[in-house]
Amino acid sequence: MLYDIFIDPFVQMYDMPDFFLQVLWEGFVAGILYALIALGFVLIFKASGVFNFAQGIMVVFAGLTLVGLNENGVPAYLALILTIGVMGVLAYGVERVVMRPLVNQPEIILLMATIGLTYFLIGFGEFVFGGEPKQMITEQLGLPTGSTAFEIGDRGLIILQHIDIAAAVIAILMVAALGIFFNKTRIGRALRAVADDHQAALSVGISLNQIWAIVWFAAGLVALATGIMWGARSDVSFALEIVAFKALPVLILGGFTSIPGAIVGGLIIGFGEKIGELYWGGLVGGGIESWLAYIIALIFLLFRPQGLFGERIIERI
Amino acid sequence: MRNFKQLALGTAVAAGVGLTGILSTAAQAQDTNYVPLLTYRTGPYAGSGIPIANGMHDYLAMLNERDGGVGGVKIAIEECETGYNAQKGVECYEATKGKGALVYNPYSTGITLQLIPKAGVDKIPVLSMGYGLSAAAVGETFPWIFNVPDTYWDGASVIIKYIGEQEGGLENLKGKKIGYIFLDAGYGREPIPLLEKLAEKYGFELMQYPVPGAEMQNQSSQWLNVRRDRPDYMVMWGWGAMSPTAIKEAVKIRYPMDKFIGVWWSAGDDDAAAGGEGAKGYKALNFSGVGGDFPALNDIRKHVIETGNSSTDAASVGSTLYNRGVLNSVIIAEAIRTAQEKTGKKVITGEDMRIGLEALNLDEARLEELGLKGFAHPMKVTCEDHGGSNPVFVQEWDGKQWRQASDWIEPMTDEVRPLLEAAAKDYAEKNAPWPKRTEPCPD
Repeated sequence: MLYDIFIDPFVQMYDMPDFFLQVLWEGFVAGILYALIALGFVLIFKASGVFNFAQGIMVVFAGLTLVGLNENGVPAYLALILTIGVMGVLAYGVERVVMRPLVNQPEIILLMATIGLTYFLIGFGEFVFGGEPKQMITEQLGLPTGSTAFEIGDRGLIILQHIDIAAAVIAILMVAALGIFFNKTRIGRALRAVADDHQAALSVGISLNQIWAIVWFAAGLVALATGIMWGARSDVSFALEIVAFKALPVLILGGFTSIPGAIVGGLIIGFGEKIGELYWGGLVGGGIESWLAYIIALIFLLFRPQGLFGERIIERI
Repeated sequence: MRNFKQLALGTAVAAGVGLTGILSTAAQAQDTNYVPLLTYRTGPYAGSGIPIANGMHDYLAMLNERDGGVGGVKIAIEECETGYNAQKGVECYEATKGKGALVYNPYSTGITLQLIPKAGVDKIPVLSMGYGLSAAAVGETFPWIFNVPDTYWDGASVIIKYIGEQEGGLENLKGKKIGYIFLDAGYGREPIPLLEKLAEKYGFELMQYPVPGAEMQNQSSQWLNVRRDRPDYMVMWGWGAMSPTAIKEAVKIRYPMDKFIGVWWSAGDDDAAAGGEGAKGYKALNFSGVGGDFPALNDIRKHVIETGNSSTDAASVGSTLYNRGVLNSVIIAEAIRTAQEKTGKKVITGEDMRIGLEALNLDEARLEELGLKGFAHPMKVTCEDHGGSNPVFVQEWDGKQWRQASDWIEPMTDEVRPLLEAAAKDYAEKNAPWPKRTEPCPD
């Protein structure tokens, strides 16, 4: 038993290096995708202190809108632009109808409002697009398909899916763009001010409503990118909403307010669950990755309760 | 005061709704046969649930339009959305059983398992066509449950038999590795006892890859395990978003698709199409017709779809899961007709329906008469055997559509039946005091 736990997995890694590299690659891709989802949660939490329960359904909604428009004859790139517009309208609507009337309400009320928004979007999405899964328009969007295989040694093989490479590149670009937006632009600095203290931000003339609309729009764009990438890996269906909650352990680990935290947390969870499942999962019959991510997050929490990059809140009595 | 007014208004509305419900129930009882359909058009499993729901609805609606129902009595069809959720399924059951329901089609093994103990108490049979509890095929123990034309154990035995044929005989399975990827729920776990038994008998290694419901669209770990283990064949019990994702992942790791075989529920057109060109060669079991070229389906187009009485897209008539839904309703309608003949009543009850199901004999001549020649293998239900262990065939995806890839294959009845009987006995003991059968066999 001790051999199976402490020795055998490492022997396997050594014996099958190509497979180990493939596991690392899959962990990296999964981590990037988790990070993308987590980014959507972080953006809204930073600006309003709200855990946006609707982020998962926003991923589905954005993906369905894109594919649905294309199915109705709208060319892919125009559909993409229109979907961005729809996410903008959604952001404006959420700010006007959900957020603005609830200013100064306890955070639990705002959380409940996002749960309500989730069910509205599920019903609205099913009403407009139907419940059938849809194929992502990967090729029409110019995204790469197919794969490249690298042979290692006599039998070794690493297969890289082109869409996974594109997902990694797009995620990195999005993070960089968001980093520049938050740190180098006026609106970004205003957003950080709102995140630090709503009242102080208001007192210096920052429009809370405008910031919230912008941040919901940014979260909508992240949701769209996630929907495209994840939809290309499987399909666009309402089951994707459940996958979105894979971001929870990422948030616990990386902190709810940190963009780098979302990225690093996503990668740790991605690598951790794949390596754990592939090399230790068999000891307990497999299927451990759904809860292993939480175990990894909880272990980190023992040492850093605020998450890896979360802000340490000290309340003096 | 305002609250009091609202309360009074609410009570009046509720009373009105209740009264309407009672009146409509009375009306149903007088001149229609009421068939509730537990369906799921929403949620993670909608991709599989929608075509089946459409097929079930459209055939019954066609009979209403074309023939005025069955035996001159219209069928009152009511759908209840379960979302493939056992709790919601039971709520649908409780909400509709009082309206004179003739039969329930849960379309979920989880819901079926919940309804099995209720069926005998409420005297409403459950038709779990090719799913649910395999042991329910033993009519002596489960007089109210029907899983014709086949149980999951029949299906699993056909897959192993088919693999054996590919290898030149079942004896050649010794030392082979057969992977089993399944939805980690009652549905996917159901055939494991039989597969383990067959693995022991024929000497192959059964490798299991469970896919939790929440991970249906995130299966890369399972398929990395497949890549490492290199099973000679892969068998799938997938549903909803799991099946297309699994096929995509199989393509991704370059698993040979001609060695990947799904159960009849992993046989959706959309499931296979998701894998694109790489999915060519993927196989699945089937027991309902391939394609839309059947007179009865033409009648559905004419009487239901073209008249706008269906939510079905005309192009999806003839898809595997749509046809499966149609076959389900064919069994319902034929059981109603049989019950009417046996009891002499036109408007029947759940108890009468049980008799109709138990005396069901859908032979070749009757299938032809229904405009469904070759749509299904002839099937006959008996008091002893509610499953039938009927032959099924293997179909293959050619990149655009399914094609029949084998003759009808008989399940390994000699292996399956003793296990079914043992499992039925075990179920009755575990759920003691399980009622002894008192229902007489129909003449």
